Amino acid sequence: MEHYVPILVFSVVAITIPILLLLVTKVIRAGSPDPIKAEPYECGVEPTSFALDTRFSIRYYVIAVLFVVFDVETIFLFPWAVSFDRLALFGFVEMVIFLAILLVGYVYAWKRGALEWA
Amino acid sequence: MSLADFVPFLPEIFLGCAGFIVLLAGIPLGRRGSRPVIALAVAALAATAVLIFLVGRPAAGPQLILGDMLVVDQFAVFFKLLVLAASALALVMAAGYLDRAQYSGGEFASLILFADLGMFIMASGANLASLYVGLELMALSVYVLVGYFKLEVKSNEGAVKYFVLGAASSAILLYGISLIYGTTGSLDLETIRVTLAEVPHQNFLLLLGIALVAFGMLFKVAAVPFHVWTPDAYEGAPTPVTAFISVAPKAVAFAMFLRLFAGTFAGEVEHWRMLLWIASAATMIYGNVAALTQINVKRMLAYSSIAHAGYALMGLVAGSDAGTWAVLMYMAVYAFMNLGAFGFVILLESRGYAGERIEDFAGLARRHPGAAAGMLIFMLGLAGIPPTAGFMGKLYLWAATVEAGYIWLAVISVLMSAVSLYYYFRLVVQMYLKEGDAEDESPAEMLSDRWAGAAIAVCAVMTLAIGLWPAPLVGWAKSGLSALGLV
Amino acid sequence: MDFLVVNFAEILFYCLAVLTVAGGIGVLVFKSPVHAALSLLFTFVMVAALFLLLHAELLGAVQVLVYGGGIMVLFLFVIMLVNVKTLAPEQAFLSRLAPLAVVAGVLLGVLIAFALIFGVLVSGHGDGTALRTVGGAEIGNTEAIGAVLYTTYLVPFEIVSVVLLVAMIGAIVFGRRSAGLEIEGGGGES
Repeated sequence: MEHYVPILVFSVVAITIPILLLLVTKVIRAGSPDPIKAEPYECGVEPTSFALDTRFSIRYYVIAVLFVVFDVETIFLFPWAVSFDRLALFGFVEMVIFLAILLVGYVYAWKRGALEWA
Repeated sequence: MSLADFVPFLPEIFLGCAGFIVLLAGIPLGRRGSRPVIALAVAALAATAVLIFLVGRPAAGPQLILGDMLVVDQFAVFFKLLVLAASALALVMAAGYLDRAQYSGGEFASLILFADLGMFIMASGANLASLYVGLELMALSVYVLVGYFKLEVKSNEGAVKYFVLGAASSAILLYGISLIYGTTGSLDLETIRVTLAEVPHQNFLLLLGIALVAFGMLFKVAAVPFHVWTPDAYEGAPTPVTAFISVAPKAVAFAMFLRLFAGTFAGEVEHWRMLLWIASAATMIYGNVAALTQINVKRMLAYSSIAHAGYALMGLVAGSDAGTWAVLMYMAVYAFMNLGAFGFVILLESRGYAGERIEDFAGLARRHPGAAAGMLIFMLGLAGIPPTAGFMGKLYLWAATVEAGYIWLAVISVLMSAVSLYYYFRLVVQMYLKEGDAEDESPAEMLSDRWAGAAIAVCAVMTLAIGLWPAPLVGWAKSGLSALGLV
Repeated sequence: MDFLVVNFAEILFYCLAVLTVAGGIGVLVFKSPVHAALSLLFTFVMVAALFLLLHAELLGAVQVLVYGGGIMVLFLFVIMLVNVKTLAPEQAFLSRLAPLAVVAGVLLGVLIAFALIFGVLVSGHGDGTALRTVGGAEIGNTEAIGAVLYTTYLVPFEIVSVVLLVAMIGAIVFGRRSAGLEIEGGGGES
């Protein structure tokens, strides 16, 4: 457990700093609220619609799934890197194959135009 | 783990690489229709079969490879070749269908190849981890295939229902696996088997784990009460996909079921036998009775496929060697009959769309006598009438069930087979005795597609050949037995 | 004070457990789907902390990176894709399913309770530590998992890569706009 003490200290500091900043600015700033100030800035033009009324393009979904796939891939790299000494060449070849399989998917996504925005 | 371990694994490596090549080659090839890329995929399947014969067979007895993750035995080889045959036939049937609907063949064929890879791992897994990962690869590929016709609402609906329920069943299976791991301390099938054989286990958690694994497997073979996804997924999926998923994944799910229950959990047989008895009886009764009222052929065949899973479960209940090889035999027989029947549904076109209603078959005997005769063979086979293979398959299952002393289960299955005659013959009556609606200006037409025709012919020949001369297949199915006790 | 020091891990566990369950309840009660998703994120982070408490550091990292990162992004994207503003429980089909959900939830709860109670009765408390030895030598949990995952579990590991590839193909097949209809000049030779 004692290994976690530095992490605990670190996270306490990390959480305290933004809270302090917010508190300090709230205390020392001059406040004059106005509804117009709260509106989204669109070059001075009145916003025509609420931002969340427009639906996202389906292409964001493909990007999100690709992100999750590569995210999971990264997770597999983590213990591999930690025990790399132990695994030696065998582990290296193995990981190259793992990455090559996902590279096939990347090439496929590219060639299929899943990454194009036009 | 030595390099020699990889030699029996070469068929799987080849199959995976073939999947990558088909996926990438499908982009340029796909512009000329799906046939070139499907031809490539079928060639890869044939080459995989050759590789299995060359290096993928056990030299002498079951052989554990790659950190005891996989086992090379006759049992696995049987199911691998069955999967290869079924997916090749389904792909050949799919070519014309994909072209007519204008969907590309590259992703389709590569997903079938990846599903096959998953099924190979399922058929030869010797560790719960490899079995589960193989199962997930198969399942994920199949979910995508079911929803492949993404502009059709039914296809979407089927895929979503299959995916949500399939994910839930995977979670149940995984929970069961974790309980088994927690109580026996191992994921290795052989270690678990030895542990269970040494210690008489009354451990509630272990039994709960086995029961949950049984539920997960019952879902995969579409047995009652875990069948609810089946009719919608089968009806909504593109018909070649329905043909494929009603055959290959079901067969390997039975392979995994057998390896786990007739092999690993055999020591606990008294605890799970009753569960499977009930599931088998309920599946046969529900599947056959629900099929009676269907007007859509795909839906009718979906319920019929539920019923057939119930028949095959009898072999597991019997728990004997005879029961086990009867299941192997039945899966092979059922594969050819069902693929053939779906082949005709693929080819029948009504008003520019698939002819899926039973009435679409009206008067087929007059317009297409050959097709009607072929469909007759498959309907006879599915109903279990001699001289087709379906009769031989059921005969061995009945024999094993009666021999093991489960007379009532056998009686139920005979009665339900009689019930099934009604709905199979409803189609036959439509083909031979109904003239079709005279006012219908565009009756359903049987398209001529040489590829699909050839695939159906293979299925018909196999259905008759196994029915008339079952000895080679029986011998081969029996050769798979030695594996279970040892691994 | 002694009590706090001796039972520090237990106290921490119960605090984290209460927070985890609170996050789960938040997912159900928040009206705005974005708030519900953020509540789920909070639950994920708390579960990650629970994994750390069990010395399963890698699982904790997976929990944060994959669930807190990847899965949560997917959730938020889907919320914005379908543009749901509030989670209205009054929708007819949902309220019809509510009794079923209660039954399923109670069954699952009973199942897990049974598993826990019997697990403790039969085998007692585990030693509460994750895998951390390989060949007798004591090393970190992440390294121990790496040493097993990339040798014994080689086949499942490589197959997982194919599973990820299939997930990618699936996303592209369903998500591409113009659909698979790219065969030039319509149907083939049929």
